Amino acid sequence: MDSHTNAAGSMGPGLRTGPQPRGRGEAVSRTRKKRGIVHELVTNRILFLMLLPTLIFFFINSYIPMVGVYYAFTRFDFGTGLFDAPFVGLENFKFLWTSGVLAKLTLNTLGYNLAFIVLGNGLAILSAVLLSEVKGRWFKKAAQSILFLPYFISFVILSVIVYNVFNYESGFLNTMLKGFGLDPVDVYNTPWMWVPLIILFYLWKNLGYSMVIYLAAITGIPEDYYEAAKIDGANIFQRIWHITIPMLKTTFIVLLLFSIGSIMKGQFDLFYQLVGNNGVLYNATDILDTYVYRSLKVTFDVGMATAAGLYQSLFGFILILSVNAVIRRINDEYALF
Amino acid sequence: MRIRDDKYTPLFQAAAYLFITAAALACLFPFLLILSASFTQNESIIRSGYHLLPLDFSLEGYKTVFRFPEQVLKAYGVTIFTTVTGTALGLFLMTMAGYVLQRKDFKYRNVFSFYIYFTTLFGGGLVPWYIMMTKYLQLTDTYTALIFPGLMTPFLIILMKTFIRSAVPEELFESAKIDGAGDFTIYSRIVLQLSMPGIATVGLFLALHYWNDWFGSSLFINDQSKYQLQFYLYNIVNAMQFIAQMGAGTGVSLGQDMPTESTKMAMAIIVTGPILFLYPFVQRYFVKGLTVGAVKG
Repeated sequence: MDSHTNAAGSMGPGLRTGPQPRGRGEAVSRTRKKRGIVHELVTNRILFLMLLPTLIFFFINSYIPMVGVYYAFTRFDFGTGLFDAPFVGLENFKFLWTSGVLAKLTLNTLGYNLAFIVLGNGLAILSAVLLSEVKGRWFKKAAQSILFLPYFISFVILSVIVYNVFNYESGFLNTMLKGFGLDPVDVYNTPWMWVPLIILFYLWKNLGYSMVIYLAAITGIPEDYYEAAKIDGANIFQRIWHITIPMLKTTFIVLLLFSIGSIMKGQFDLFYQLVGNNGVLYNATDILDTYVYRSLKVTFDVGMATAAGLYQSLFGFILILSVNAVIRRINDEYALF
Repeated sequence: MRIRDDKYTPLFQAAAYLFITAAALACLFPFLLILSASFTQNESIIRSGYHLLPLDFSLEGYKTVFRFPEQVLKAYGVTIFTTVTGTALGLFLMTMAGYVLQRKDFKYRNVFSFYIYFTTLFGGGLVPWYIMMTKYLQLTDTYTALIFPGLMTPFLIILMKTFIRSAVPEELFESAKIDGAGDFTIYSRIVLQLSMPGIATVGLFLALHYWNDWFGSSLFINDQSKYQLQFYLYNIVNAMQFIAQMGAGTGVSLGQDMPTESTKMAMAIIVTGPILFLYPFVQRYFVKGLTVGAVKG
């Protein structure tokens, strides 16, 4: 078996004779001998075998469920099979739309994610720049470790922390307020307060992670740039503004594209663990993910939940394609595909 | 030649120290709050709230948790099992996939890369996936349901692929082939040896995912003895909150008979403990791997 792959493998270099550059040689051999998939399967069968589990995994885990979006057009319950469920057309979507649920969920999902992207990247760049200008090595290392710590903590623990700080009777916040002779605040019954709180805890949890990525990019900037700027008399603000920030552009765009890709999804754990099934707060805190989960596990609206999930996928898909098209227009290099 | 700094630099650095210190304190503070509360007498928490230092030191929270140690230990066992199995299997599959997809002579690598990447663009959503797992694959109450979904993600495969490409020089493949090595031999003898930092990073991502997972249990597990640690904690927290609220509503203080608050905090410390203990050791790898992935990616 091994000898066969070896023989086939060495055919590649054998075809490329003469001093011509490698890339061109490959192109020539490909046009001259158009090989079918069967031939390719035989030649590289070990490679195919090594990739096969991954292909099967994504087929089961991601592609098969795509068939299930059919439930979105039915009145489905767990008793019936896939194609036995009564077909209701767009009724589920119509209900979601007219009841205003879809509009609210879209607004919340997009709003929170935009805040996460803008503030998250802003804060990460700021702290990376600040940390890179600090001289003490020990301080640098310690600060980096501590800022990264919350990333390792589970969302269940996060919910415990939040409850610890904000619960009405014995929370740290109200204990403090009472200590100063002020009135306690009932955070768990005040929807608007959760908007800044959720954003704050997102930043708290993810700051270290994205900061490390930016810090790596800053470390890669050649020292001479700064030396030259210093000789020209640039002060620290000018150096940061004209050297550091422009050099972070690529990293920023890569991270931005990744986060735009999941702008309709994401952070389910954060929202669900902080707010849970507290109906008082839904107007300010419900996103598509939490709605779908609740419809599945609490209210058992399977058809409705599938419809909301399909809407989420489609909306996100169209969004990514549009963003990609815009980026392609502006600068081809940064396009995702 | 050393160039003198401008007059703003010391000022700027002072501000930087201040800002970073404040941010670091904000990151540490909640942990101190939990730690302190876990060592505080329950009554004291209910009477005067959470404090940064225990007002009345007590170990009753930990004692309550370990009054019935079988359940906690069982949940620990489930989490350790899923973490070890999932991480090992996921790493094996993703390193192989990453290796194959970065092989320049593998003709369909772009087609398969897109096949994997596409799943991040569009999906069936939670509900069809849930129905497939429970109704058609019959995975309710199995460890497979906890391990299988998290084995691989497109992001980690791309990270792995990028890492292998930058860590293993192209010429090494060629020369190994000439020496008669098969594809799998190249993978196991060369690629795995040279990609250790990348493997460590992806492994940490996986391990962290499995250790912190509560979602799998919440969807697929009804049998309490198969709860993952985090979901076990989640249930305890909710039950305790429920007891406390019942007490507040009826005027009967149930909370004082059972050390609810301190028990919750003790549980939180016990669940987080291993990660906090390992953190200083693994953090270094994480930073290193991310750095390579991001700069070269």
